[in-house]
Amino acid sequence: MAGSEVKVLGTWASPFALRIHIALGIKSVTYEWVEENLEAKSQLLLESNPINKQVPVLIHHHKPICESLAILQYIDEAWPSAPSILPSDPYHRAVARFWAAYIDHKWFTWLKGVASAEGAEAKKAALDQVREGLVVVEEAFGKCSKGKDFFSGDRIGYLDIVLGCFLGWLYVAEKRNDVKLLDEEKMPGLAAWAIKFCLDGAVKDVMPDKDELLDYANMVFQAMAKAKLNAPPNN
Amino acid sequence: MAEEVKLFGKWASPFSRRIEVALKLKGVEYEFIEEDVFNKSPALLNYNPVHKKVPVLVHNGKPIAESLVIMEYIDETWKHNPILPVDPFEKAMARFWAKFIDDKFWAIWPAAKKAMISGGEKEREEGVEEAQQHLKVLETQLKEKKFFGGERLGFVEITASLIVCIVVAQGALGVEILTQDKFPALHELTQKFADDDVFKQCVPPREKHSAYFKALWGALAASK
Repeated sequence: MAGSEVKVLGTWASPFALRIHIALGIKSVTYEWVEENLEAKSQLLLESNPINKQVPVLIHHHKPICESLAILQYIDEAWPSAPSILPSDPYHRAVARFWAAYIDHKWFTWLKGVASAEGAEAKKAALDQVREGLVVVEEAFGKCSKGKDFFSGDRIGYLDIVLGCFLGWLYVAEKRNDVKLLDEEKMPGLAAWAIKFCLDGAVKDVMPDKDELLDYANMVFQAMAKAKLNAPPNN
Repeated sequence: MAEEVKLFGKWASPFSRRIEVALKLKGVEYEFIEEDVFNKSPALLNYNPVHKKVPVLVHNGKPIAESLVIMEYIDETWKHNPILPVDPFEKAMARFWAKFIDDKFWAIWPAAKKAMISGGEKEREEGVEEAQQHLKVLETQLKEKKFFGGERLGFVEITASLIVCIVVAQGALGVEILTQDKFPALHELTQKFADDDVFKQCVPPREKHSAYFKALWGALAASK
């Protein structure tokens, strides 16, 4: 059965798992999606990713591949027929990888920092940092897209997927903190890009509904706050 | 067209060393520009405005930053003597392990530094324990021989070479962290680097390297 050759272990709310959905969609690969429960991880997940025990995992011919950026590049290389996900030129590939590293290691860390910031001042500083990061990425968008719709040009590619997967959680941060982060005035390129990205054929049917994500986030953060209140005090 | 390859780096930086190893493995001629971290050159700031850090490779005027990104660029531009595996699955494994090693290093290094500059016994022990906890994870993976491919230095080995800094720093500051008895596989790996013809050309002389750490942290340790 062709579909069972490719399995993805993920969760509907995970932006990293969403990257894999999108990439496999671009390549028109049939796959089986396994929705994991992170509170009760499957044996398959624990065996496939014993190091980090995290989603997403791509399983291809029974071999597991972990780490979403490694998976994206694997998908591009294992299904080399067009459309490609990464650029073909080594320099443009390096630029795409550089910005993917920036988005994952710096910007997404700042986005997570918004949720963990305590107090109005810390929250504002965290939100400002996210916004400043987007200004930096706006400039990168200008250089990479060269006036076209996406980082990769006419079609979505690596960097579009890497950043685009966070749009739902960016919306969550905006709503929960009652602020605008992806500002049409400060980041006109990215603002326009975001709309087009969400409408893309490989994205629109797999991207989680942002209000469902918001409800989910509210529930999770509420539970976390409650757990914190009930936790025994540290000695 | 003549190739122009410049590497902005620091002799003491294990990240810029990765690039030197990669370039030498490929037999690529390059100009090394030593950067002063306290007085960064306008060229560096121009080529890496986002992070303002070394290493930066500039190939025919085009800058590439971030050591793992640069290594992949080198492998894709100069295709002989491959650094990464050719098979997509093996390549994905190499990328996974490289990220794993870097993530672990950034947990180990601050703890090791804490151990090395702490004035108090308790703080030093805490630093050592924390660093060793993370080193243990690396040791386990290495023991199961999951990391490494063949005999030559490849992507994962080159990435892992930054553990040499731990060994040199601990020797300079007289703190035992990465010991042979506790971490035999990691210790054997550091020996592999010491014996490798290409790596030997890129690593600074031991006395100079030790003196660097003594100067960097010795004063901090003495003042506590």
